[in-house]
Amino acid sequence: MTASVNPILLDVSGLNAWYGAAHILFDVALNVRRGEVISLMGRNGAGKSTTLKAIMGLLSRSEGQINFLGQDIAGKAPFQVARMGLGFVPEDRRIFPDLTVTENLETGRQAPRQWADGSAALNWTPDALYELFPNLGRMQDRRGGQMSGGEQQMLTVARTLMGNPLLVLLDEPSEGVAPVIVEQMAHMILALKARGASILLSEQNFHFARLVSDRAYVLEKGQIMYEGSMQDLTHNSEIQRAYLSV
Amino acid sequence: MDLSALLAQLLNGLAGASSLFLVATGLSLIFGVTRIVNFAHGSFFMLGMYVSYSLIERIGVGPWRAVGFWGALVLAALAVGLLGALVEILLLRRIYKAPELFQLLATFALVLVFNDAALWIWGPEDLLGRRAPGLEGAIQLFGRAYPSYNLFLIVIGPAIFGLLWMLLTKTRWGVMVRAATHDREMLGALGVNQAWLFTGVFALGCMLAGLGGAVQLPRQPASLTVDISTIGDAFVVVVVGGMGSIPGAFLASLLIAEVKAICIGIGTVHLAGIEISFSKLTLVVEFLIMAVVLVIRPWGLLGRLQATSRNSAPVEAPLKPGSNWFRMTVIGVFLLMAMLPMLDQSLPYAAVLGQDILVAALFAVSLHFMMGPGGMHSFGHSAYYGLGSYGAAILVKLAFMPMPLAMLVAPLVAGLGALLFGWFCVRLSGVYLAMLTLAFSQIVWSVVFQWDAVTGGSNGMVGIWPEDWLSGTRYYYLTLVLVGLSVYALRRFVFAPFGYAMRAGRDSSLRAEAIGIDVKLVQWLAFTIAGVFGGLAGTLYIFSKGSVSPDVISVSKSVDGLVMVLLGGIQSLTGPVIGAAVFGVLQDWVMRATDYWRALFGGIILFLVLAFPEGLAGISRQIETLWQLYRPAVGVVRREKLT
Repeated sequence: MTASVNPILLDVSGLNAWYGAAHILFDVALNVRRGEVISLMGRNGAGKSTTLKAIMGLLSRSEGQINFLGQDIAGKAPFQVARMGLGFVPEDRRIFPDLTVTENLETGRQAPRQWADGSAALNWTPDALYELFPNLGRMQDRRGGQMSGGEQQMLTVARTLMGNPLLVLLDEPSEGVAPVIVEQMAHMILALKARGASILLSEQNFHFARLVSDRAYVLEKGQIMYEGSMQDLTHNSEIQRAYLSV
Repeated sequence: MDLSALLAQLLNGLAGASSLFLVATGLSLIFGVTRIVNFAHGSFFMLGMYVSYSLIERIGVGPWRAVGFWGALVLAALAVGLLGALVEILLLRRIYKAPELFQLLATFALVLVFNDAALWIWGPEDLLGRRAPGLEGAIQLFGRAYPSYNLFLIVIGPAIFGLLWMLLTKTRWGVMVRAATHDREMLGALGVNQAWLFTGVFALGCMLAGLGGAVQLPRQPASLTVDISTIGDAFVVVVVGGMGSIPGAFLASLLIAEVKAICIGIGTVHLAGIEISFSKLTLVVEFLIMAVVLVIRPWGLLGRLQATSRNSAPVEAPLKPGSNWFRMTVIGVFLLMAMLPMLDQSLPYAAVLGQDILVAALFAVSLHFMMGPGGMHSFGHSAYYGLGSYGAAILVKLAFMPMPLAMLVAPLVAGLGALLFGWFCVRLSGVYLAMLTLAFSQIVWSVVFQWDAVTGGSNGMVGIWPEDWLSGTRYYYLTLVLVGLSVYALRRFVFAPFGYAMRAGRDSSLRAEAIGIDVKLVQWLAFTIAGVFGGLAGTLYIFSKGSVSPDVISVSKSVDGLVMVLLGGIQSLTGPVIGAAVFGVLQDWVMRATDYWRALFGGIILFLVLAFPEGLAGISRQIETLWQLYRPAVGVVRREKLT
């Protein structure tokens, strides 16, 4: 796989996080290389979403090293992290219900970005996104609050892509949507990957993760219990039974 | 009233609606995005009047006066907007994560500071502005002379509404503002720096308030009382229209201004031998409208159920029963208070101040009872204080009831009022509930203010003293004992199963109901209990002063109570007592120290808000936490020495 020799985009180590007095993450370490799709797996409450939120700077209390594009982003405000090119798609979608599809996209817009080597990164426009998500293209003037869950899920991904992120944090894309939408999400991730996008997704649906990702990390009670290629995990029924309830 | 008079009144209503809309829409915009209830919004309106007055006197004279006048209006609005931006950057940014009510306290401190600043710069006299060049005269309308400036006012409201609508729907900035109204945290995760968005919105809101003040100047003189009256009107409009909704603010300002104008137009009517004065009703009609709207549509005409704010303040800590140290301190304070009258040789004033503080403490504790453990925020607690004091006065003066019996019955009168108002209030929550309490207190105020035959109207009632065997020092001890018992009783309520039910309903009404608690009933009872003890404070007050005036039911009396509770810290049961004591002493000391006591007082509040976001009682908790962190270390050191 060529991606494994690409430079590291995101390098997290010793990440701890708390909700109030409850200690949730214990020394989580993971990395994502350019062009990779990585799955962060684990059961409900294992700390998958918390890890993504901590990377994004959305938790009020977290510690550790979070290195993105060679810069330490720990302790930075979410908007600063987002402006460096880290895109975040929340699991509960958080569409702006009073805004139309087009306006929702507008809220995520950022200037085109370049990689450190001077090459242009993926540059998204509403039209390009409507091509990727034809459903959205047909309802540009509909308000977010009047869309179905699956349509909102598409919109929340598209909204984040408007920021031209160098790496996308995708929180539970297959959760709470109809099977047909899950299939569309998988196609969408593969389409993005084909264009060279890098994605770190949290996922408890093993079949979904196997379909789209190169490598996997498995979390249990806030600790990384396994890391390796998706292929190896597919053959490791012990880990699957212990931590993924497959 | 003939048809042409009615039409003229309707036009007057439209003219009045414009200025009201300008100030209310700014308030609504600011609340929508920042979730700050800006108490100082009326002050920005007032400053708009004063600044435009000064500018017009400078540049609105001479041959270029037409340009100067209209330019001055715009410049005044811009100047007020700039001031708003400064306030946001220097003050509000530091307290966005503080509890909602603390932000309210901070903006209330600004009201005091701005009011004294205006007094210092422009003096105490009302200032009447020049007439608008070109619009000095009147035009003939339906055979009547109608001031042509009003026509300008009628146009400016819808014009600004249109511009705002364009700004919010057609520009990227407007899209961001609307997005932030719903979910600011998500917007931040998309790369939007909220800080500048908030500054922009706050400045825009203040600018609109400033403009509202500036255009009002040719109709109404600039005066130092405009700030509080304006904020009351603006709150009502925002709540009736729905918080955060600009079309709602527009609709509500039209509705209220028109109903007021029609009331003035109708005047006094004789119906079946009863004389009804509609023009007197204007004092209260907006609050009546608000009460009706809130009961029928709890989120306002065009409002929507507010999404719970995502980065709100931390949940309330559990209450801890007092330690032995705490009990001894309480007994000590009680004994000290009991010794105050013995100082009448050296410090004769001490007992008077002590009496006031005791009454204030009971007022604050009763307010805290519903706000803290009850979770029901009230801007209108003066209603029950007023019912208690006027109730006692009327019972003694008109029903010839003996004073001790009146002292017993008057708090129950206040409780009856709370029982009635509470039935409506507990249907709402948050700012809407607070606004409805304000409406009820305003209704009580206006009844007392206008019912000359019974309450003496604006003159109030005099000569209500305790019976001889209870006067003087004895009355002080009676107050001390009653306040002590009341505070103890309210504390017992909080730690009784009833108190658990109150706190459960506050923290999660859904879960509380799921385990069988009738949350609304519990809140209704808590509301009523708070009313009874608030009434007792009013009763104790009137027999110590011997007279009463409608001021005891005013908004500022309610705000005093709020300030005491918030100063003391809402998460602590001792908070309101400490807050009342600090408030009483500070106010007394500061008022004697300087003419600009409001500014100094406001400055002290701002300092306290910024330095101790947990309230004064929070200081002791901070020290205690430090102590517990430190103590194990001490133990370790000792053990090391032993080994």
